[in-house]
Amino acid sequence: MRSEVSLLAVIIFLLLYDLIAGEKGMKYFQPVAIIVFAVHTLATIFPYEAGIAFGGMYQYSPMMTIVKGILNLGTLIVFLQAKEVFDGDKQSNKRGEYYFLTLITLLGMYFMISSGHFLMFYIGLEMASIPLATLAALEKYSKKSAEAGAKYILIAAFSSGIMLFGISYLYGSVGTLYFADMPVHITANVLQIMAFVFFMVGLFFKISLVPFHLWTADVYEGAPTSVTSYLSVVSKGSAVFVLMILLYKVFGNLMVQWQGILYGIIIVSITLANLFAIRQQNIKRFLAFSSISQAGYIALAIISGTAFGMTTLVYYIFVYVFSNLAAFGVVTTIENRSGKLNISDYKGLYSTNPQLSFVMMLAMFSLGGIPPFAGFFSKFFVFAAALEQGFYLLVLVAVVNTIISLYYYLLVVKAMFIDSSENPVPTLKSDFFNRTSLFICTAGILLVGILSFFMDKIGLYSFGM
Amino acid sequence: MNFLLIFVLIPVLMTLTLFLARNRKQVLGIMVTGSIALVVASAYLVVVYVSARNAGASDPMLFTSHLMWYKPLNIGFSLGVDGVSVAMLCLSSIIVLTGTFTSWQIAPLTKEFFLWFCLLSTGVFGFFITTDLFTMFMFYEVALIPMYLLIGIWGSGKKEYSAMKLTLMLMGASAFLLVGILGIYFSAGATSMNILDIVKVHIPVEQQYLLFTLTFFGFGVLGALFPFHTWSPDGHASAPTAVSMLHAGVLMKLGGYGCFRVSIYLMPEAAEVLSPIFLILTGTGVFYGALAAIHQRDLKYINAYSSVSHCNLVLFAILMMTQTAMTGAVLQMLSHGLMTALFFALIGMIYGRTHTRMITEMGGLMKVIPFLGASFVIGGLASLGLPGLSGFAAEMTIFIGSFENADLFRRILTIIAISSIVTTAVYILRMVGKFLYGPMQDEHHAEITDAKWFEKLAVITLIAGIVYIGSFPLGLSDMLHDSLGNVMAQINGPVAP
Repeated sequence: MRSEVSLLAVIIFLLLYDLIAGEKGMKYFQPVAIIVFAVHTLATIFPYEAGIAFGGMYQYSPMMTIVKGILNLGTLIVFLQAKEVFDGDKQSNKRGEYYFLTLITLLGMYFMISSGHFLMFYIGLEMASIPLATLAALEKYSKKSAEAGAKYILIAAFSSGIMLFGISYLYGSVGTLYFADMPVHITANVLQIMAFVFFMVGLFFKISLVPFHLWTADVYEGAPTSVTSYLSVVSKGSAVFVLMILLYKVFGNLMVQWQGILYGIIIVSITLANLFAIRQQNIKRFLAFSSISQAGYIALAIISGTAFGMTTLVYYIFVYVFSNLAAFGVVTTIENRSGKLNISDYKGLYSTNPQLSFVMMLAMFSLGGIPPFAGFFSKFFVFAAALEQGFYLLVLVAVVNTIISLYYYLLVVKAMFIDSSENPVPTLKSDFFNRTSLFICTAGILLVGILSFFMDKIGLYSFGM
Repeated sequence: MNFLLIFVLIPVLMTLTLFLARNRKQVLGIMVTGSIALVVASAYLVVVYVSARNAGASDPMLFTSHLMWYKPLNIGFSLGVDGVSVAMLCLSSIIVLTGTFTSWQIAPLTKEFFLWFCLLSTGVFGFFITTDLFTMFMFYEVALIPMYLLIGIWGSGKKEYSAMKLTLMLMGASAFLLVGILGIYFSAGATSMNILDIVKVHIPVEQQYLLFTLTFFGFGVLGALFPFHTWSPDGHASAPTAVSMLHAGVLMKLGGYGCFRVSIYLMPEAAEVLSPIFLILTGTGVFYGALAAIHQRDLKYINAYSSVSHCNLVLFAILMMTQTAMTGAVLQMLSHGLMTALFFALIGMIYGRTHTRMITEMGGLMKVIPFLGASFVIGGLASLGLPGLSGFAAEMTIFIGSFENADLFRRILTIIAISSIVTTAVYILRMVGKFLYGPMQDEHHAEITDAKWFEKLAVITLIAGIVYIGSFPLGLSDMLHDSLGNVMAQINGPVAP
């Protein structure tokens, strides 16, 4: 419970600060928010304890603490990158909203992760979705941003409706909504399978797996970049973890069914997203499709159903935080300073901004799974987890897809390093906060793979079916 | 700490210090110091290794050490070398040194060039010293990706196309390799990913077929296995000189070495059964590479196709699975590594002076640049197998070894492969005759200057290596004898139930 209480305190503090502070006080709002959140992040890394609260509505375990820690880290990096955006004149009046709305969605994700009851879970999910729509529409005078918000809220509402429908069937067939009481009643009859499929739709939407991905590219493109990065890393990471927890704990008896569903969804997600990513010009759309395909790889870790699968999944999310946010950090800076968002604008970036292009290259290589960067290790382990259970063909398809993904990641690298441009992005100096975030990401990309410490630590607390 | 670790530490240190280097002088200083240190280290390794073997050490690998890395999959950072890897380490360090000298005047972005170059060599050295499947695979991929930028930024011709093609084809092959490696680990039921542990447990024969195909294909593509060699001519032709040298000289050997160390060593039964298919492919490759080289006019393409032919011969010899043929394969790897590095270095030097690589646009260069010309002739003669030079020793051993195999099918294939020597002679002599002798094609070429000191140093080092292998192959094959004996015992030995 400590992390929730602590986060709630942070939210209330920021809300009051925003209300009370005048023009002058608001100058320091962002640094204060970042520092307070950093303190919260550090304070809630420990302890690793397990237990339940509210009569089983709410549960916590060391693994959940770790995942919350990873989400905190991701949010912190996003905040560090957002600072310079909300320093600008255009956005400065919305900085209070940005921070506490983001934190409210984070709180929702905490609830989702820790829930032990379907209603609790649903509250968490909604809490994590509705403010996100507001965030996506934060730039209210931009048509695209408003469109993104509308798209997100409509699809979110629709999919959570279907999900609720599934939950109601489930309740009808099982007679309880507590996670712990459910598995014994689940006997894989038709009603339950139907309920299960309806239920999964809601989560697949959050993770943006194909064919529930149609909103992704538009929302990612339209939303402010600081929201996009949050959507693609933190929101996705939490949903994937919850999906796994539910499949392991509640739907264990439907393993054959969900393995079949995931099998198909993984293949289409990875392949389609890769094929679409190749054709993208806008870097945010590009990263959107890249993140769909990454989601497919993350789902690959679930399919094994083993403790090792859980380890690899959490490890993958951990690495993904660094790799993807490194890319978004660079995109944010360049968009904020020069307004350029096309991959072709990145031509000749190395000659003007060697450090930024270097970080971007590391991010691309890590996302593409090139050693010795962290992304290689996380991909390798995910493949190993699935192969251990005999999914040879699936892994082969996934591995061959990494080559396709490598192609489009290399296109970005090519634009930055090989192509030259008449009119490259001018030399820019990002602010201290953004540089800190990029430094953290770079360190993560370089070290998380080579040092086996993180993987071992995660492995200590994971459990299988 | 294991002494072998130094082979990875030096390139890593070079990479890190290059980051701090401020000007060209410092960069070159770091490169020369580092690569000389590597040569010294590998010379020292040879001495230590040979004396340990003479003292009676009979383990398959010496200087082994094991460090647990990722516990859930029993991945370790396991080191160890045998004669073959010692030979490969020597070759790599020589090529890195000479590669540094040939890229003495590289511009622009000197520092970045060497940065990637060092990362590439980290991968290469790491690959040869490790005995763990995962670590091996990791270093293999570390060596691949710098190629993209090295060719893309500093290359020539249709460099972007070639860089992408090379990277994607090799990475694509490594995808199969990855599945193969994990398959080996899971189906062997071994307690670690260490090759030395896996070899003790027997992989079920039915699974060997699939895994052998996957791994042999995965490594084979890097070894220019016909018909998946198409990345090689384009890639080598577009790459800057030092990169062509390192890639053709060492990186393609990673393929041969991997086939030998992983596919054949761990899965001998499947190798026995499936080798005819791959023998046909590699046999065709040997012949096809030589034929294709005849039709080329670009010096780099000629050499690249000749590499395809020679590298297929390496795989061909490995698949024959007799001790003599394997010795020949290793000799051929060394010999081809030095030869092709020499060729690419010389072509780079000549191109830097004449600004063309077309043999039709050059002529009579022997008079103008006697040193480079003479070196080119020596390299050419080695390539077509003149006794006393490395090519002869290697190819002779391969063909004798292949013919030892009593199987009629293999003997016929051997005869076909032997006939490629004639083809090689055709294109080498034609090439040399056209652009070194004959009438001068371009009057500007009369004013070009001969090699500078650093170029001479690189060329002489490589020629010395070629002559050494050619004249004293026995010393080398003694060193290889024990290691290959172990592999042969694995192939012929009683199979554990």
